[in-house]
Amino acid sequence: MQSEGYVAHHFPNLAQQEHAARLGMWLFLTTEILLFTGLFTAYAVYRFLFPEAFAEASHLLSAPLGTVNTVVLITSSLTVALAYHFARHGAGRTAGLLLLATLAFAAAFLVIKGFEWTHDIHEGLLPGRYFIYPEFHAVGGPMFFTLYFLMTGLHGIHVVIGMAVLAVIAVQCFRGAYDHGYTTPVELGGMYWHLVDLVWIFLYPLLYLI
Amino acid sequence: MSQSLASTPPPPGELVPAYNTRNYLNAESGILSWLLTRDHKRIGIMYLVATTVSFFLGGVFAMLIRIELLTPGPTIMSAMTYNRMFTLHGVVMIFLFMIPAIPGAFGNFFIPIMVGAKDVAFPKLNLLSFYLYLLGAAIALYGMIHGGADTGWTFYTPYSTTTVTKVVPILLGAFVLGFSSILTGLNFIVTAHTLRAPGLTWMRMPLFVWSIYATSIIQILATPVLGITLLLVAVEHAFGFGVFDPARGGDPILFQHLFWFYSHPAVYIMVLPGMAVISEVIQTAARQTIFGYRAVAFSSLGIAFVGFFTWGHHLFTSGQSTLDAGIFGVLSMFVGIFTAIKVFNWTATLYKGAVKFTTPFAYVCGFLFFLVFGGLTGIALATVSLDVHWQDTYFIVAHFHFIMVGGTIMAWLAGLHYWWPKLFGRTYSDAWGLVSATFIILGFNATFIPQFLLGNYGMPRRYYSYPERFWALNVASTAGASLLAFGFLIILVYLLISLKHGRLSGPNPWNSRGYEWETLSPPPVENFLENPVFRRAPHDYTADGSGGASGDGPEVKHAV
Repeated sequence: MQSEGYVAHHFPNLAQQEHAARLGMWLFLTTEILLFTGLFTAYAVYRFLFPEAFAEASHLLSAPLGTVNTVVLITSSLTVALAYHFARHGAGRTAGLLLLATLAFAAAFLVIKGFEWTHDIHEGLLPGRYFIYPEFHAVGGPMFFTLYFLMTGLHGIHVVIGMAVLAVIAVQCFRGAYDHGYTTPVELGGMYWHLVDLVWIFLYPLLYLI
Repeated sequence: MSQSLASTPPPPGELVPAYNTRNYLNAESGILSWLLTRDHKRIGIMYLVATTVSFFLGGVFAMLIRIELLTPGPTIMSAMTYNRMFTLHGVVMIFLFMIPAIPGAFGNFFIPIMVGAKDVAFPKLNLLSFYLYLLGAAIALYGMIHGGADTGWTFYTPYSTTTVTKVVPILLGAFVLGFSSILTGLNFIVTAHTLRAPGLTWMRMPLFVWSIYATSIIQILATPVLGITLLLVAVEHAFGFGVFDPARGGDPILFQHLFWFYSHPAVYIMVLPGMAVISEVIQTAARQTIFGYRAVAFSSLGIAFVGFFTWGHHLFTSGQSTLDAGIFGVLSMFVGIFTAIKVFNWTATLYKGAVKFTTPFAYVCGFLFFLVFGGLTGIALATVSLDVHWQDTYFIVAHFHFIMVGGTIMAWLAGLHYWWPKLFGRTYSDAWGLVSATFIILGFNATFIPQFLLGNYGMPRRYYSYPERFWALNVASTAGASLLAFGFLIILVYLLISLKHGRLSGPNPWNSRGYEWETLSPPPVENFLENPVFRRAPHDYTADGSGGASGDGPEVKHAV
């Protein structure tokens, strides 16, 4: 078996090493969820304190753009899942192409997000004391945009990190690194990307819809 | 023909060297072989050195605080410097010493050996976690040199978001240190799940591993929340986004909730590794298998679990409802139940044991005293009506120094003296060890018992000056702190001497049945010469002294 060459010296076999890597990734994803939990908690508290202002402020965001972005990101999760599927069946090139597609969707997401942010900044829909939108005076409006920028900002950083990870894995795919039964990095990268997607699935309704 | 490490003592005819000359320390040489190592033992040693340096730094801050409090008015520093000193003392001791000290040094060194593995599950991540520790320390140190912070280690808003001191680098330093702590915990959990050697079932896992496992769960689940909270304070301080600013609709109490959601469980991140060490040392010292293995193992998980539901006892006087305060108070007392389970099992282990009063055991005694005394004052503090009186007084300071600092330091020193021969293959002078233990345990009491009294008389914590009627007790406390510092200097001297001139210890100087003593001292790079197979529970003293006279054969077999 060629894949034996991938087993580190302290693991007895590849299956156990993969099991460890997967468990480690799940634990890491748990910490990521808890990192966002602090912001979700803050959102819950302030939504409870300022229900009308939050509802009104969320209408100032563009629901169509948010919806398009949600579709884009969910599609990118499909391509990353397919990439893992093909990598496992030894089709490294196809996997690499699918990862490139994922990167394209991720870039599209960031571009749309960038347009949204630019629009918000021009309108004066800004966090805390920078909030200068003229027709909106309810207390709590600036707080909504504080949380909006913090949450989408932290999520955006995760998108960028995920893109970097997937780009490295895509290059490895084209080099044929995963054609011999060792596909753990593709799987773990995919798991990370699904988390990025999952966080957005919660951000989208909280910020745009309700 | 194998070099068997099968039993204790070694069967006649087998040559077990007094000093293993092909060990992890001399396998490679040069500074780069240390800086780029992935060997969990070398990373453990680097953690030991780094956390000890941090402990020294935090100790210097502590001594400066105590010297300032020698007189009721100004003594050696301004009020602002004093505020910075107690902040830096807290930040350094908590984030740079107590949280990483035992898991970073002893956890890294011994968990793979105790589960019969060659390394932790992710050696590169392990090295990364050490460098994140150094990076976090460097960022925090930068903040300390360029002005320090005067918020206290709790960084309460809105003061922490408006202070002119350099609070942002200290917050970011603590943020980075949090990720170091997360990666260490992640590594230990995966190691315990995936790298246990054949024969090592969960119910045979050494109690040290169980307790560190429970610690790691808290590190994974609580630390990220602190990370985002500190980040929010830093953002607020730098840009004024208003998350915790009441003038902009923000809620400073939200900060307290988020902060204590991590920082209360964090005290169990500090004390559970202490309990881990004590469970090992006490079995060897008494030459008895632990009384109630399962109870001790599961009470660690119990503390980790219930520790997540107690944070509200820090907010008794922050406008919490009486019902909430009562619920948090009762939940806090559950921690006392799990801790008592451990204490009763440890003392029952000593009963009819063949106790040898060595230096590690002296620290076990100190640990039990501080844990029980500090724990009982904790039960008192969880009672809302009493806490309202003691809130923010020296009683709190004395309480958490007893249980958290006393517990961690006693266990750290117990572990250091217990495992020193395994770490370096040499022994120190036990007589000097007992002398310094006496200084430290008496000094610790002399430092903090006066503070219990001061708090009870109503002296508030973090104050720069105090009325003259508190003078005598403050002098007593400072005298105790000097004794404490002197004890640590003695340890530093004899341990450093022992590195070069200490007697060779042999693989098992304590005649222990802990798994880690089955390998050579210092251990070889791959921990065991052959892959171990575990045939008995840890610290099984039932077939003692004869290497299998009970008919069971050697306890730890090594597969060919």
